[in-house]
Amino acid sequence: MSYEPVIGLEVHAQLLTESKIFCGCSTKFGQAPNQNTCPVCTGFPGVLPVLNKRVVEFAIRAGLATGCQIARSSILARKNYFYPDLPKGYQISQYELPICTNGCIDFAVNGAIKRVRLTRIHMEEDAGKNIHDLHGAWSLVDLNRAGVPLLEIVSEPELCSAEEAGSYLRTLRAILQYLEICDGNMEEGSFRCDANVSVRPVGSAALGTKIEIKNLNSFKAVEKALGYEIGRQTETLTGGGTLIQETRLWDENREETRAMRSKESAHDYRYFPDPDLLPLVINDAWIEEIRASLPELPEARKSRFISEYGLPAYDAELLTGRKDIADYFETALKTHAKAKSVANWIVGDLFRVLKERKLDEQLTITSWPVRAQQIAELVQLIDGGKISGKIAKTVFDAMLDSDRAPIEIVAEKGLEQVSDTGSIEAAVERILAAHTKQVADFQSGNEKILGFLVGQIMKATQGKANPQKVNEILRQKLKADR
Amino acid sequence: MNPAVLTLHDAGEKLRKHELSSQELTLAAFQRISETDEKIHAYITLCRDAALEQAKQADERLKRGGNPPPLLGIPIALKDIFVTEGVLTTCGSKILGNFVPPYDGTAVKKLKERGAVIVGKTNMDEFAMGSSTENSALAVTRNPWNLERVPGGSSGGSAAAVAADQCVAAFGTDTGGSIRQPAAFCGVVGLKPTYGRVSRYGIIAFASSMDQVGPITKDVRDCALMLEAIAGHDPADSTSADRSVPLYRQALTGDIKGLRVGVPKEYFITGIAPEVEQAVRDAIRLLVKNGAVVEEISLPHTEYAVAVYYIVATAEASSNLARYDGMRFGHRAGGKDLLETYMLSREEGFGPEVKRRIMLGTYALSAGYYDAFYLKAQGVRALIKRDFDAAFQRCDAIVTPTAPTTAFKIGEKIADPLQMYLSDIYTISVNLAGLPALSLPCGFDADGMPIGLQIIGKQFDEATILRLAYTYEQATEWHRRKPSL
Repeated sequence: MSYEPVIGLEVHAQLLTESKIFCGCSTKFGQAPNQNTCPVCTGFPGVLPVLNKRVVEFAIRAGLATGCQIARSSILARKNYFYPDLPKGYQISQYELPICTNGCIDFAVNGAIKRVRLTRIHMEEDAGKNIHDLHGAWSLVDLNRAGVPLLEIVSEPELCSAEEAGSYLRTLRAILQYLEICDGNMEEGSFRCDANVSVRPVGSAALGTKIEIKNLNSFKAVEKALGYEIGRQTETLTGGGTLIQETRLWDENREETRAMRSKESAHDYRYFPDPDLLPLVINDAWIEEIRASLPELPEARKSRFISEYGLPAYDAELLTGRKDIADYFETALKTHAKAKSVANWIVGDLFRVLKERKLDEQLTITSWPVRAQQIAELVQLIDGGKISGKIAKTVFDAMLDSDRAPIEIVAEKGLEQVSDTGSIEAAVERILAAHTKQVADFQSGNEKILGFLVGQIMKATQGKANPQKVNEILRQKLKADR
Repeated sequence: MNPAVLTLHDAGEKLRKHELSSQELTLAAFQRISETDEKIHAYITLCRDAALEQAKQADERLKRGGNPPPLLGIPIALKDIFVTEGVLTTCGSKILGNFVPPYDGTAVKKLKERGAVIVGKTNMDEFAMGSSTENSALAVTRNPWNLERVPGGSSGGSAAAVAADQCVAAFGTDTGGSIRQPAAFCGVVGLKPTYGRVSRYGIIAFASSMDQVGPITKDVRDCALMLEAIAGHDPADSTSADRSVPLYRQALTGDIKGLRVGVPKEYFITGIAPEVEQAVRDAIRLLVKNGAVVEEISLPHTEYAVAVYYIVATAEASSNLARYDGMRFGHRAGGKDLLETYMLSREEGFGPEVKRRIMLGTYALSAGYYDAFYLKAQGVRALIKRDFDAAFQRCDAIVTPTAPTTAFKIGEKIADPLQMYLSDIYTISVNLAGLPALSLPCGFDADGMPIGLQIIGKQFDEATILRLAYTYEQATEWHRRKPSL
């Protein structure tokens, strides 16, 4: 019997608000331990939460961007459990009546578009951090993160492979980044993922035993852990074993999952509506205001790049996968509107440099090796016949980390393309005279030799000769000499 | 005469006329405390130095004249559930036996701004759970009218302090009757405002959907002035109502002609002491004599109120009290690991009634029981609310006894929680419905113990119940009696 996996993902996205979800404390990362705290987020007796309106706005943005229904009335609930990083002994979250339900995300997989439905998106507060092994036998608690706003985004169990899961996650992250509500940093924990995975005999409609995997700190970890877990479950069932519903931890070093707790020892969180917070009522006018302010999202931008700029789907995909790159591209177009040639330089040479400098690992690129306007001017020089594509590479290298206009560099280095017929003819004649054997070869039918001759002429003109003209003149001369 | 026996409005007048200074008045209160509190144990913490400093500043403000706020220079007591910056705040519990808060709650801030002098923090049932103040982990408070009797609870310390003139007025909190019942037991006036009328920020939570701050005073006028001082919207409390606060003292017209008063038949059936019933019926006759129109009404779901309350309140409490884990403040036991530290801290820190309620509430919220208990209770709560809505279609206020009996003996009910719970039978529905209600003295039983009359109003209509209470008070002398100590 062969098995197929069924995967659902739960993403926790930290929101980019200035202050925490229920108090005025800063959300700034990297402060001294417990600096961003007050009686409210440390759960002192007598304090009360007040919901940050911005968090609601961000949740609505996420909901609208993923086609969710926005609840006109939703409930904040308490999730009760004891842990030192949870000061109140309960987390304020949403349970019944979350703010967003029934959305979907479309993403590309193997060249096709797949749609996965979202069960819900809800708001909740983050917990603090327990720090072990720093103070002897004691554990330390840093509550700076306690009360930082999160969105929990829950997909339906509709993903069918580790690869799909990765693609879904990247798309979701791009959406949140386009919305400017989450920076999407998996390593720093501002974009976290728990995966639920089960396997079932191919063709079966019933779901198998669900395993939850935690501690997935990168896209790679998600894909590897799912791959491992699908294999483990399949092998267990194939070998006649049974699976138990449990939570497993991904061990990055050993590249395996191991049991953390079973369903029997799972918490009873005793959810109930938080009596300190009234039901959250959202009016249509506010939703429409937010809808009107939504930015163009990755999918829409990609389609527009194809239709408006005539780009191939592949280029459009590469350029719109990140908002900063898409913005860079469109900024460049303001200087030089030839979209395809600008796109070529971005996905080609610029991407190579970004990769070399590991800038592509940054969440957003703030200091580009060359400015968008510079790259546009460079392409303009090529398209205007001022320099050849080959020379342009030299100019591009000279532009890196300098603020200089490409035309300046061309002038300074004397790289301007030579297009006047006289000097090209002279060069052609010199080369033909020096290569009589090759000329004879050509005339006896070996047309391939033409490339060699062009190369020699370009070399003689330090690459500055207009290659089209060189070709033209060379062919004329060879014909005449025949 | 010790000026601490004065009402707030009389003392305020003397202060404004410079016939008395706040420092004299404050010293007089402390004098009274030192004479009587060994017997009564109304206070947990006294703030003598800070109070005298506040009094000094109040005297300076009074000297400047102008139009000083009514509470300026008035020595008041706060139930130890009010979070006070730099002042021990125990909530009657061992688990907060060492807790000195880093902030002032909203009510405390308002009182300080208005120049009130804070005498000290009064005793209470632990976490406001109780009807006799016997559940305090710190002291047993005695009823000034009879030291063998309880002062009621949970705001027993505040009610006893007011009755014994150990302060001019006090504040308490009321989740199921915790202001009104001790006010009735101690022969003073107590008001639980509409849920949302007063900010809960800085009030240690027991049951968040019902907790409400209110005054305990020597007469109805004082009650109106005290409520004015603390009522109003607070952005720090999402459940506080964003509505303007009337000048309640203007409601004290003495005119109740044509006011429709409902008397619920369900409140005069089981367990009511004959003397209490008699006193309440007499009070109703007096209201009629003064022009009120009385009719019998029905609140059919009354019998379920106690059961609903002990599910909803304990459910909320089980969650509200989770923060007492020995980690950041309060009592921490030395456990060998995290779990044992949690368990021992709570085992040692909480008293039996608090533990009982945490267990009840935890059970009511547990998977598999939530629907049958918590959800069902919320459903019945809505029905109880609807009963009141229907009643208020026909009347402007509802009059009932505050408690079925007068103050019982210390130790009499402590071993029987269910009997204890029934002493709140007339007050609990009001909290479930979020309504305002007031208790004022309406007589004494044969043992010389005070009897309380409860007047329940429509949501945010404290003015009407104050008007009724004031008219009744003007026609009687009960509130002028003082215990002999």
